[in-house]
Amino acid sequence: MNPENKNRFEPKIIAFVCTWCTYAGADLAGTSRMQYPANVRVIKFPCTGRIDPVFIIKAFQQGADGILISGCHPGDCHYIAGNYHARRRFAAFRKLLEFIGVDLNRIQFSWVSAAEGGKWVDVVTDLTERVRNMGPMVEFKELALEEQWSGGLDSPDLQQVYEAI
Amino acid sequence: MSRIGVFICHCGENISRTVDVERVASQASLMAGVAFSTDYKYMCSDPGQTLVKKAIAEHNLTHVVVAACSPRMHERTFRKAAEQAGLNPYLCEMANIREHCSWVHENREEATQKAIEIVGMLIERVKKNRILPTITVPVTKRALVIGGGIAGIQAALDVADCGHQVVLVEREPSIGGHMAQLSETFPTLDCSQCIMTPKMVDLANHPNITLHTYSEIEQVDGYIGNFQVTIRKKARSVDEHKCTGCGICITKCPQKKIPNIFDCNIGMRTAIYVPFPQAVPNVPVIDRENCTMFKSGKCGVCQKVCGPGAIDFTQEDILITEPVGAIIVATGFELYTITEKAKGSPIKGYGEFGHGKIPDVIDGMTFERLASASGPTGGKILRPSDGKEPKQVVFIQCVGSRSREKGISYCSKVCCMYTAKHTMLYHHKVHDGQAYVFFMDARVPGKSYDEFWRRSIEEEEAVYIRGMVSRLYQKGDKIVVMGSDIAVGVQVEIEADLVVLATAVQPQKGADLLAQKLGISYDKYNFYSEAHAKLRPVECATAGIYLAGACQGPKDIPDTVSQASAAAAKVMALFSKDRLEREPIVARVKEATCVGCFACKKVCAYGAVEEKEIRDRQGNLLKVIAYVNPGVCAGCGTCQATCPSKSVELDGYTDEQIVAMIEAL
Repeated sequence: MNPENKNRFEPKIIAFVCTWCTYAGADLAGTSRMQYPANVRVIKFPCTGRIDPVFIIKAFQQGADGILISGCHPGDCHYIAGNYHARRRFAAFRKLLEFIGVDLNRIQFSWVSAAEGGKWVDVVTDLTERVRNMGPMVEFKELALEEQWSGGLDSPDLQQVYEAI
Repeated sequence: MSRIGVFICHCGENISRTVDVERVASQASLMAGVAFSTDYKYMCSDPGQTLVKKAIAEHNLTHVVVAACSPRMHERTFRKAAEQAGLNPYLCEMANIREHCSWVHENREEATQKAIEIVGMLIERVKKNRILPTITVPVTKRALVIGGGIAGIQAALDVADCGHQVVLVEREPSIGGHMAQLSETFPTLDCSQCIMTPKMVDLANHPNITLHTYSEIEQVDGYIGNFQVTIRKKARSVDEHKCTGCGICITKCPQKKIPNIFDCNIGMRTAIYVPFPQAVPNVPVIDRENCTMFKSGKCGVCQKVCGPGAIDFTQEDILITEPVGAIIVATGFELYTITEKAKGSPIKGYGEFGHGKIPDVIDGMTFERLASASGPTGGKILRPSDGKEPKQVVFIQCVGSRSREKGISYCSKVCCMYTAKHTMLYHHKVHDGQAYVFFMDARVPGKSYDEFWRRSIEEEEAVYIRGMVSRLYQKGDKIVVMGSDIAVGVQVEIEADLVVLATAVQPQKGADLLAQKLGISYDKYNFYSEAHAKLRPVECATAGIYLAGACQGPKDIPDTVSQASAAAAKVMALFSKDRLEREPIVARVKEATCVGCFACKKVCAYGAVEEKEIRDRQGNLLKVIAYVNPGVCAGCGTCQATCPSKSVELDGYTDEQIVAMIEAL
């Protein structure tokens, strides 16, 4: 791949955000007419506490190159403590991702409050640039393809293993 | 089969300037399940909404996606429109292509592509939306007011006058709060007691108000309209029903040398006491730490002299449970003191001003007690050290306030005005005295406030010096105040007889603990947070809990009273209905797969998860599983992400919907 092509790579970033702080912060970036890369797609959750780690895996499988998870600052959770649960959950989940060989630079956790439109822009811009330089995330996409193609238990070996379970 | 209608808004030019809306509409029409797709200049306008409603009827639509501004802006508008057209409102979703797309990107191609993807994502999501019934919960039309200062009193009276029952809980033996301690109030110089005590009596005599003094909140359960509050009524050692308030026990108590906290420790009180003569209720309380009877078991004089036999040394704390529908928090403030660090600050108090070491360095509240006709000096301004009349008084402003190093970066708001008042009161009582004020800025906005402040300089001859004090020290019976006058650029040294510090206003001690019991949020200083700084200034983010007075931030009396009445109005609006409607975005348990591990119960911050027994027809217990009380559930979804067997689902944010959205990208 020549460097020119690499520069043209546009990563796909999926952001999982809570509705009360970060979604509102992103709205504020909009109303303040700040500019940031168009690579990010926002999925709204009531609270970061709702975000299941499976969604991260799923997003990588579906072709995401970078993932952002953002909610209320510790202590400011609209649901009292949801973000603490999320923090704890993702602290553990990061270890697992690291173990299976996912480059943690593709995942960003941050706290962006409803008043921090500027911080939202910075976080999104930094992550997009970082992932752009890292290139596409291929590992999980290949896995997803394999899963798709090996849908039927057509090989006798597999059938045997399957029946043994 | 879903028949989805997609409506793309131009928002004037706000969206169409960077997003090719026609292309988005035509692309959307090709997506699976979409039966109708169009664009319009102003979708939220009356003709725009009519267009949505007509399309629902004409094309027999089952779901609606409106691609326009943020759902925080107009979700309610379009859900209402969908409802009017006969759809369940929760089958309407908004795709945010303004705040999250057209306003933040300049490249038309990129923005259009992103808008198409956002719309596609919401189409996949809306397909899996369920019809959600509106949830209604009953409302208990009784209010709890926490705190019996002017904020709590005003709020309680307003709600009670409207015909609803009110329970007021006060930590101290008497209601009245800090306002009862003040001498006169700015900007009119009314005597605080004269305007306060009639309200206290009104409250005590009000048929709709139950007063619990010397009581604290132990526990709060439940949710808006249906709280269960446990109140700890501390042992007073005096039977409230028998006591006539004659006061003979107080006059006979041999233990007379206990500093009176109400008088800022200048005056003395007895071990059995009422905090101040106008206390409501006028029932004494025994200070068990200082009472000889409790310390050594010998004395009991009060019991011997009490005619009605109201003294009861064996009394114990009791717990009372009160059902209420709404809670007004009015716990007020306290002043920053020398011995304490502000939250998160490494610096302790304000030792540089010698408060606590030099007896004639006092804080603003102590000066109020000196100036008060009912205070320990009978209203004469006398120095605490030797009882002499001070001829030179230095007032220092912003002690603690606006000081990042001390961890209090906010302005305490009331000090400029009360110091101006102090200089006036001082000048009225000591005609040949001179008041000096060291100040950073005079912050005196408010009706008649600036005039009042200027009067203290122009008519009452206070000398204002712009600059801060660096050091104070005792020299003979004088206190030398060294400071700078930055207006002239010189060092100033004043030999003062008395120094008054305008110390910062802080939330009450334990404000954070109470907030945790109530489930409301607070800021880094422990001031309680309102739901929205501008548009919802008296409501907490937790439904059914309202704020009044200085517990939310430093406030003067007019602001406090206004906020208290506003909180009361919110409570009355809540009580105007018999049942309460709330958003049905709540968690549901799938009973077939729930194994009853109750991991959800552990993470639920609202206590919404209950245990439910599943029995067969013979009544044999099959299993105990989780049940989410829809009235309590706030809809955060933490339980769903925690559930190991994926047996709990948050309506509107099911795993299926989120995965569908991810797959659409």
